[in-house]
Amino acid sequence: MTTTTLKRPGYYLGRSLIYALLITGSVVALMPMFWTLSTSLKTLDQINIWPPRLIPDPIAWRNYIEVFDYVPVALYLRNTLIIVAAWVTGATVTCSFVAYGFARTNFPGRNILFVVLLSTLMMPYVVRLIPLFMIYKSIGWIETFYPLTVPILLGRNAFYIFLLRQFFIGVPDEIADAARIDGCSHFGIWWRIVMPLSKPALATVAVFAFQSSWDDFLGPMIYMGSNPDLRTLAVGLYAFRSSPGQLPMTHYMMAMSVMMILPILLVFAFGQRYFIQGVTLSGLKG
Amino acid sequence: MSTPVPVPKEGGDGTVGAGRTPAPLARLSSWLQSAKAERYIGFVFVAPWVIAFLCFELIPTASAFIYSLTDWSIVGGANFIGLANYQEMFTRDRLFVKSLENTLYYALLSVPLNVMAGFIIALMLNAKVRGQTIFRTLFYLPALIPSVAGAVVWIWILDTNNGVLNFFLGLFGVEKIRWLTSPAWSKPALVIMSLWTIGSGMVIYLAGLQNVPQELYEAAEVDGASVLQKLLRITIPLMTPTIFFNLLMGIIGSFQVFNAAFIMTGGGPVNSTLFYMLHIYEQAFTHWRMGYASALSVVLFVLVLVLTTVVNRTSKRWVFYG
Repeated sequence: MTTTTLKRPGYYLGRSLIYALLITGSVVALMPMFWTLSTSLKTLDQINIWPPRLIPDPIAWRNYIEVFDYVPVALYLRNTLIIVAAWVTGATVTCSFVAYGFARTNFPGRNILFVVLLSTLMMPYVVRLIPLFMIYKSIGWIETFYPLTVPILLGRNAFYIFLLRQFFIGVPDEIADAARIDGCSHFGIWWRIVMPLSKPALATVAVFAFQSSWDDFLGPMIYMGSNPDLRTLAVGLYAFRSSPGQLPMTHYMMAMSVMMILPILLVFAFGQRYFIQGVTLSGLKG
Repeated sequence: MSTPVPVPKEGGDGTVGAGRTPAPLARLSSWLQSAKAERYIGFVFVAPWVIAFLCFELIPTASAFIYSLTDWSIVGGANFIGLANYQEMFTRDRLFVKSLENTLYYALLSVPLNVMAGFIIALMLNAKVRGQTIFRTLFYLPALIPSVAGAVVWIWILDTNNGVLNFFLGLFGVEKIRWLTSPAWSKPALVIMSLWTIGSGMVIYLAGLQNVPQELYEAAEVDGASVLQKLLRITIPLMTPTIFFNLLMGIIGSFQVFNAAFIMTGGGPVNSTLFYMLHIYEQAFTHWRMGYASALSVVLFVLVLVLTTVVNRTSKRWVFYG
């Protein structure tokens, strides 16, 4: 009792300080996003006025239509979605299949393979970048979707496999045993029992796969970027920025950025729980 | 190894099935139910990953070491030139040294700042503040923004004449800083930008903080421990594994930093943001010197390996595994 009363003035000072810092921090965190939106709705002559105006006046909604005259956004979106679809499928089906093998079957060398799997998480990706490019080139995969879709469709993502394995281990043995007695094979247990029971974990890897394939820049640029028809949104936005510009295009670039940010925010809004769960799991290795 | 129980080629139902289904299928299905199959069925599950690992990870990584001993360019064959690539790197390639310096500068500044700032924010959020989930979301949002979109808006924010950051600093009487166009400010600018995405680290810390047993704090309070003592004696020691994880991931990431510099400055001005990855990229995809770029990437690989090993070694002294 006495200690709490003694602490009071300091306590409130500390609290106010914390709130002040948190509010300042979140304003700073949100500012670039707000600035993207604000700039995307400005007319050209409003962009370069000093001091900068936070709220555009008038609001130039037409930027979002005019940007399509300069950039084939629909084409870029289609290309991006092809890769995203492969990633989400690979993460939820193939990686899940592999994770089942690590979590619920026992075979000679399983533990060694699992250590190899985990060690690939720590491998700098740079070292395989150039040989991969040469391999893809020699088999005619450059300027195709294969380099960005085939590996993940084969389950080349240690992180997703690891997350799913952690979850699969937790599926009660009794359920799997009961299914076995009823004559269910491992494939049946995986598909009919473990998969439906693991919807939260599958959602987690799905949102992760969506985010990283939506965000990926280096891969699409190196393997497909030389063909303008195969650019993704990320590569397209970069190409738009670095194209020798005759006109200042800042407002259009921001409009395109907003179009790139919105889907990921929507996915986050619906799958926030899974995002946080995934990040959390990644940090607390079991 | 001989199996103690002879594996039945056709089981009790095998003979019945053989009449209906083709023989190989019957044999397969009976094999699948045998004890031996049970022992190896896991291979079938992990097989896709094993194939992908061999084709897209192990073989390319191993070939990087072989390519690094050649003068392979995109056209024509490769000649074995021994360690000449490595010799060039350490004796003639000024940009190699420069890019290494830049990367070290960036890593030494951004990794500790990111680790500390993320931890401090997580601590504040963990102090039972109201609206914790809202703050957590707000701080995490920037980590979601696609890196190209983030880079494009930061170019605009950091613009010398019309940038909103210089406008804001101007309110405090700071003169316009040439963030992305002066060699002195370009690296700090990218470090500041990297702090924008501390949210992903913060979420990991928050999860770790939730695992610190409350009883410890209660016991400490009974003993009259101050807030600072609780932080130094309980929170930080118990959080060292999480801090260690973020530190390790931060180091690995910072040595491979690419997107922001590539998009925002292209390595300039005067090579001041030419990070190691950008040097590799330019050698490989601008000059098409695949052999030399492989040698550069091998050096980075070894460097990251050595660094993580060193950090790992020291961790025995400061990471507390309860």
